[in-house]
Amino acid sequence: MIDVKNLSKSFGDHLVLDGISQHIYPGEKVVVIGPSGSGKSTFLRCLNLLETPSAGTISFQGTVITDPKVKIDQVRQQMGMVFQHFNLFPNMTIRKNITLAPVRTGLMKQEEADELAGSLLQRVDLTDKADAYPSQLSGGQKQRVAIVRALAMKPQLMLFDEPTSALDPEMVGEVLDVMKELARDGMTMVVVTHEMGFAREVGSRVLFMAGGKVLEEAPPAELFGNPKHPRLKDFLSKVL
Amino acid sequence: MKPSLAQRFVTAFLEGGRWKLYLQGLGTTLELTVVALIFGVLLGLVVAVVRSAHDQQRIGRKNPVLGILNVLCQIYTTVIRGTPMLVQLFIWTFVIFPTQRNKILVAFIGLGVNSGAYVAEIIRGGLMSVDAGQSEAGRSLGLGYFDTMRFIVIPQAFKNILPSLGNEFITLFKDTSLAQAIGGMEMLYYASTIGGRTFDYMPPLLGIAAMYLAIVIIFTWLQGKLERRLRESDRR
Repeated sequence: MIDVKNLSKSFGDHLVLDGISQHIYPGEKVVVIGPSGSGKSTFLRCLNLLETPSAGTISFQGTVITDPKVKIDQVRQQMGMVFQHFNLFPNMTIRKNITLAPVRTGLMKQEEADELAGSLLQRVDLTDKADAYPSQLSGGQKQRVAIVRALAMKPQLMLFDEPTSALDPEMVGEVLDVMKELARDGMTMVVVTHEMGFAREVGSRVLFMAGGKVLEEAPPAELFGNPKHPRLKDFLSKVL
Repeated sequence: MKPSLAQRFVTAFLEGGRWKLYLQGLGTTLELTVVALIFGVLLGLVVAVVRSAHDQQRIGRKNPVLGILNVLCQIYTTVIRGTPMLVQLFIWTFVIFPTQRNKILVAFIGLGVNSGAYVAEIIRGGLMSVDAGQSEAGRSLGLGYFDTMRFIVIPQAFKNILPSLGNEFITLFKDTSLAQAIGGMEMLYYASTIGGRTFDYMPPLLGIAAMYLAIVIIFTWLQGKLERRLRESDRR
């Protein structure tokens, strides 16, 4: 589904991603773990070109999206993204947050979008918040809305950038539950997270990144049960 | 015998229905302010959007047209903000439109173009004050640059720039008095004409100073009310 070849990214002379090649297959749940500053968020943000790669190519369903001629908005309509800090639009109601993009991009009419927003909100147990504003919601509720907002575009793939890192501990569970349900429904997901339990339970493949490189990748049972790279062993001994 | 103070004010404001002239001048002053402000805000918005669009382009996709526009906008703000307002008004009147008889029209342009440069910087600051995550969220949903600006960034920026925009309105309101120097018949024009005719400048000048001050105070009060209301919507 996504094919990454020799992806490099540097900010100034600081090399953040160092020649990463990866392939993400439909239905896969790829979990990216690693110490902070390892480039995992940058890697994720390159996938929908929120960061412009310095070198290398990224293809999405056969289209080379790093080509400057590609209409990036159309590509992004098929990739949902969830941010660490939710980034809900504070000037709109929850319903409007969800329906704005599908309506403006011509995916559906306002009534259809409203209906979809209603059923999506029901799915994450927030039906009564449709007319509320983001500032009235808790962190966990905001993040569930953010997930639903991305889903309203009916994406082929969902990117999660540390979706639970900014949450109070008691709210992490409710967000992870929504993500697990999404995974069960067969959504292709790329998740950058520090939640090792989630990686183990949901991930079909775990990437360990450090220093801008993928040092080790394996199914979670293998990666957590039998880590090979010394950096990974060291990392796991600190976080587990 | 010297006339009493009260008599001097009566002469300056009441005799021959002179108060009508002040009101006429006030009308022109307000008209100048509002038209120049609208003109300035529109111009400023365009300049601000061009400049921030230019700064946010993806590397390797630099649009050459946008590059040229950006340079023009930069020259515009630099020149306008770097030269005195009165000099600009004189240039509009005597160099660019020497045959134009309607001096108010020239003042509209001069004041509007001047204000636009300041408003552009105010709006640009406002656009930058909105968290980058907001436009990232908009773009990640597949919204284009202009939709993201229109529905997400500009409405949030508006609240942040309101105090500076109010400040600009006050500056512009007072700067309309410069139009007197090119023959614009606004408040100062009538006050100095009346002062010349009655050989007494003090009452008319103090009078219009009080009128300027009163309007600025009323406007500041209204602005405070609007800001409080916008803030309340944050805490809903």
